[in-house]
Amino acid sequence: MLSVRGLARAASRGVQQRSLSSAAEVNVGTGVYQHFSDQDRIFTNLYGEQDWRLPDAMKRGDWHKTKEIMWMGPDAIVQEIKDSGLRGRGGAGFPSGLKWSFMPKNSDGRPSFLVVNADESEPGTCKDREIMRKDPHKLVEGCLIAGYAMRARAAYVYIRGEYFNEATVLDEAIHEAYAAGFLGKNACGSGYDFDMFLHRGAGAYICGEETALIESLEGRQGKPRLKPPFPAGVGVFGCPSTVTNVETIAVAPTILRRGSEWFNGFGNPNNRGTKLFGISGHVNNPMVVEESMSIPLQELIEKHCGGMRNGWDSLQACIPGGSSVPVLNKDQCDVALMEFDDLRAKGSGLGTAAVTMFDDSVDMISGIRRLAHFYKHESCGQCTPCREGTGWLETILKRMEKGQADKREIPMLEEISRQIEGHTICALGDAAAWPVQGLTRHFKGDIEKRIDDVANGEYDPNAAFQSAWSGAAFDNKEWVEEHGDGMAYAGGR
Amino acid sequence: MLSSSRIISRLPRVALHQTVRASGSNPSHINTPDNLPTTYFDFTEENYLRVTRILSKYPSNYKQSGIIPLLDLAQRQAGGWLPLAAMDKVAKIVNVAPMRVYEVATFYTMFNREKVGKYFMQLCGTTPCMICGSEDIKQTIEKHLGIKDGETTSDGLFTLREVECLGACANAPMIQMNDDYYECLTPKTTIELLEACKNGQPPAMGKWGSLPMNGQVSCEGPKGKTSLITVPGHPPLRTDWEKFEKVDPKSVKVHMGYGGYDETEVVEEKS
Repeated sequence: MLSVRGLARAASRGVQQRSLSSAAEVNVGTGVYQHFSDQDRIFTNLYGEQDWRLPDAMKRGDWHKTKEIMWMGPDAIVQEIKDSGLRGRGGAGFPSGLKWSFMPKNSDGRPSFLVVNADESEPGTCKDREIMRKDPHKLVEGCLIAGYAMRARAAYVYIRGEYFNEATVLDEAIHEAYAAGFLGKNACGSGYDFDMFLHRGAGAYICGEETALIESLEGRQGKPRLKPPFPAGVGVFGCPSTVTNVETIAVAPTILRRGSEWFNGFGNPNNRGTKLFGISGHVNNPMVVEESMSIPLQELIEKHCGGMRNGWDSLQACIPGGSSVPVLNKDQCDVALMEFDDLRAKGSGLGTAAVTMFDDSVDMISGIRRLAHFYKHESCGQCTPCREGTGWLETILKRMEKGQADKREIPMLEEISRQIEGHTICALGDAAAWPVQGLTRHFKGDIEKRIDDVANGEYDPNAAFQSAWSGAAFDNKEWVEEHGDGMAYAGGR
Repeated sequence: MLSSSRIISRLPRVALHQTVRASGSNPSHINTPDNLPTTYFDFTEENYLRVTRILSKYPSNYKQSGIIPLLDLAQRQAGGWLPLAAMDKVAKIVNVAPMRVYEVATFYTMFNREKVGKYFMQLCGTTPCMICGSEDIKQTIEKHLGIKDGETTSDGLFTLREVECLGACANAPMIQMNDDYYECLTPKTTIELLEACKNGQPPAMGKWGSLPMNGQVSCEGPKGKTSLITVPGHPPLRTDWEKFEKVDPKSVKVHMGYGGYDETEVVEEKS
């Protein structure tokens, strides 16, 4: 069997020859990613060439045969999702079909609810936003189908408060679906009644945690609950609930329409399907793009983002799945595959597939220090290890950034992060600890060097100053003129 | 009451560092002439319609769920900040103790319990934006307006606050001005934006409810999209529909006891 490293090399060799291979060589179901084409992309309005409203959404295939899908019945739908290999797109990667199957099959008098987590605030993540503002009907239809598969009475979409314009679009899309008879009583003419409500949050990262989200939806502070009871038993309004990410819900109708085998044909085993990647940082063309799972990181960057701004060799580190996963160093980035298992084997994770690329101009200590500040700021304050520990992490990292620390503090920093990890109600403690652990694992030398440099008077605090970088110079005038409706900003060019 | 809140505000900041969230201010209420417990606040008639619509989304015994949307509505009505009287009003509407509303208003960062400028700028400063130069943008704004993080200009036009990730990372660096996202900033375009606001004409949002200021439309990148070159129409459908046994969705409804579920009235109103 090939090692992971070998697999990645073999894969990238295959990529270089991709243009030579014909469609006949494509072998669906073998877990490769090269045969992924435009026809396989689910979010076909990702760049906004069409309208988000119902008529254009229906042209893209939304709300097509929804009634037939519902007639498959909840159990068959859940089985199809299980067969497709879809894993939750919100970060943890829990198998979606399995999660949906936890919901009660007979009511004890309480209704069930689907709760959609649109509180997208993991640093680096900007994919759900694109779904909600450009393809909201995929989400609305997904809510009906997933909600029905869970035997839910209604869906609540919890969208982060800052996404005001996105919420406006989504609210209007829900309204359109009601007006067309797709939601409400006798949804899509199926005989099932289903409602969908939009709830705007008010700015708290912790509300992306499922139980905190439920607390927040009930009008309280977003403080995570102890589990058990799990939301599938006692969730929102004391009723059985399932909290799922926007992307997971939005891909479900297409999977059911095209069949689980199609979706299962991309990516390596256990990491199937397509995924929206949001790529930020020092690349030439930062963007959101839908790709097959298991694509090598380097290919993703070279193919879609025009490479690193100073070439691949200038890469220093990468956070492959949102701030809550540990950083990868250059050597790991060279061979990393964008999938749950490979990234986990490298001590990181796919998370939300929010890729942030750092080139060698970045002071990694300050990058992680800023993340420590983020977690300190966003800690809800319930559990002492997290409430106090995140502050300590930031304080120590602030000193390390300036080189005003003792080398013995590096293991102390690591020790504090270990004391936070796993000792809190929710995963925010772990999320705060992991970036710091990634730093001490891969960049210990940098911290030590900083301390020495400062002692020798060789450190220049302005050397790592980052001037504004939003990608290479704008070079897409024709397309913008065609598809920007004349509303793009012209002054900056 | 006044003196006790002053005592709290004099406590060392360290002791309070976790309770001080990004509203950038003291968690306790401090009386000011325009923000007293006795100040009058009531929703407008138009907003009362919105209140009814908001509360209709939640089960009748969970009116409390409306606290966050109602506080947001109150903040909009009051001009971008949330007076104590508005919180009390919301507490009355959803029928809870005022403390329950204060808890919420102090926990969430989007509620400003002090006045902010007409153009309330929230600069994203978390790592993905930071490595793309949010500090550069911050220094530009601070220098151009002569204010620091958390301060308001003397003419009451601008407030600057550095906040945590706003979820537009592929369009970093960015700021949110009131409800709108201005993305892909450079010092030059930042000054253009500030000057346009000073003239009372902030640039309008682009096609997708945000404005990347380097000329992009949304998330396709400055060099343009690399996929969806041929935009596909209807995706191909599966052909094996027959393999599934037909299940009448009505029977599911009956299993779950939704036949007589009282929220159906809400449905009829909405549709």
